[in-house]
Amino acid sequence: MEIAQAGTLESADCLVTVAPAEEFGLDYRGGNRKIYGERTRKLVLETLKRFGISEVQVTIQDQGALELVIRARLETALKRATRGGMAS
Amino acid sequence: MRAMRSMLYIPGNAPGMIQNAAVFGADLIMIDLEDAVALAEKDAARDIAAGFLRHYDFGDLPVVVRINGADTPFFEADLESIVPLQPFAIRLPKCQAPSDVLLADAKMMEIEEKAGLPAGSVPIHAMLESARGIEHAYAIATACPRVRALTLGGQDLTADLGIQKTREGWEFFYARSRVVMAAKAAGIDAFDTVWTDFNDPEGLFREAKQIVELGFTGKAAIHPSQVPIIHRAFRPDEREVRKAERILAAAEEAERQGRGVVAVDGKMVDAPIIARARHLISLAGLYGMEGGEER
Repeated sequence: MEIAQAGTLESADCLVTVAPAEEFGLDYRGGNRKIYGERTRKLVLETLKRFGISEVQVTIQDQGALELVIRARLETALKRATRGGMAS
Repeated sequence: MRAMRSMLYIPGNAPGMIQNAAVFGADLIMIDLEDAVALAEKDAARDIAAGFLRHYDFGDLPVVVRINGADTPFFEADLESIVPLQPFAIRLPKCQAPSDVLLADAKMMEIEEKAGLPAGSVPIHAMLESARGIEHAYAIATACPRVRALTLGGQDLTADLGIQKTREGWEFFYARSRVVMAAKAAGIDAFDTVWTDFNDPEGLFREAKQIVELGFTGKAAIHPSQVPIIHRAFRPDEREVRKAERILAAAEEAERQGRGVVAVDGKMVDAPIIARARHLISLAGLYGMEGGEER
């Protein structure tokens, strides 16, 4: 696994960074942090489980993205990180 | 039957625009994975489009997805992630010959089978954007039953022809006529290319009027501001609608009285004129007009 990123800092989007780590960690940043912290943590854990990845540091800069957008960006970042290519 | 006057392009990697797409009033939207997406973001746009199709409620707004062509490494992955989510249609770019459609059709059959969907259930809108594609219009339109529309790709066509697009657009007259004729002969829809200068609404209106008169089902829009202009071009003339109503009323009256020929406004009315009047009234209804007034 490599460090990888997906998304943008545009409004209604988010920038997701994933990096190899010794254990799971989530850094969720943005104005919605307090309201959506628990929901985001849940969707991150669900997605990681689907990908069979647990030792990863996930950083999300949320610019007001829908839940489905955060999930899609995380999926893209994880695919990029595990296949080593940007456009796999 | 539904109104399909305008199809608004939305870049596939712009979730903020996709989530707001419904508010612009377009009859259809088209999430673009092809030209509006940078090479390095093709994977991300595909995941975003799939995420929206899977989880987002677009109401009754039909969502078309333009995938990348078969000559790119993204073609199969695009089909694999989008087809199972049953978009309104897959827009297939750069169709040059029936074999291009059949290639996508075969791949889509496999995907539909794997996903447990009825074979052929996801339609194709075949995009003609080269001289060769235009010349094969009817063969492409009838290549397989899932082709439900031909669409003209003007940008690539000008490049292929080695010409400049003019504001008047007469250089597309033959291509447009050919696309409409082939689509009508095949019993499917025809969509016109975009008007790229969104600072020129008058030019757009004039072009949209032309393509309505040629018989297109709808026109693509690259900016939300173009949607109402395209809709205005499709609105039948109110006097024409009232006249059509008078023709239909006279025809019904003649039928009741057992007369074959009727005159309306001093002109003889025969079967094709009655058929055209009926068509105009149904279009007026489809576009939200009632008795010649827009609702």
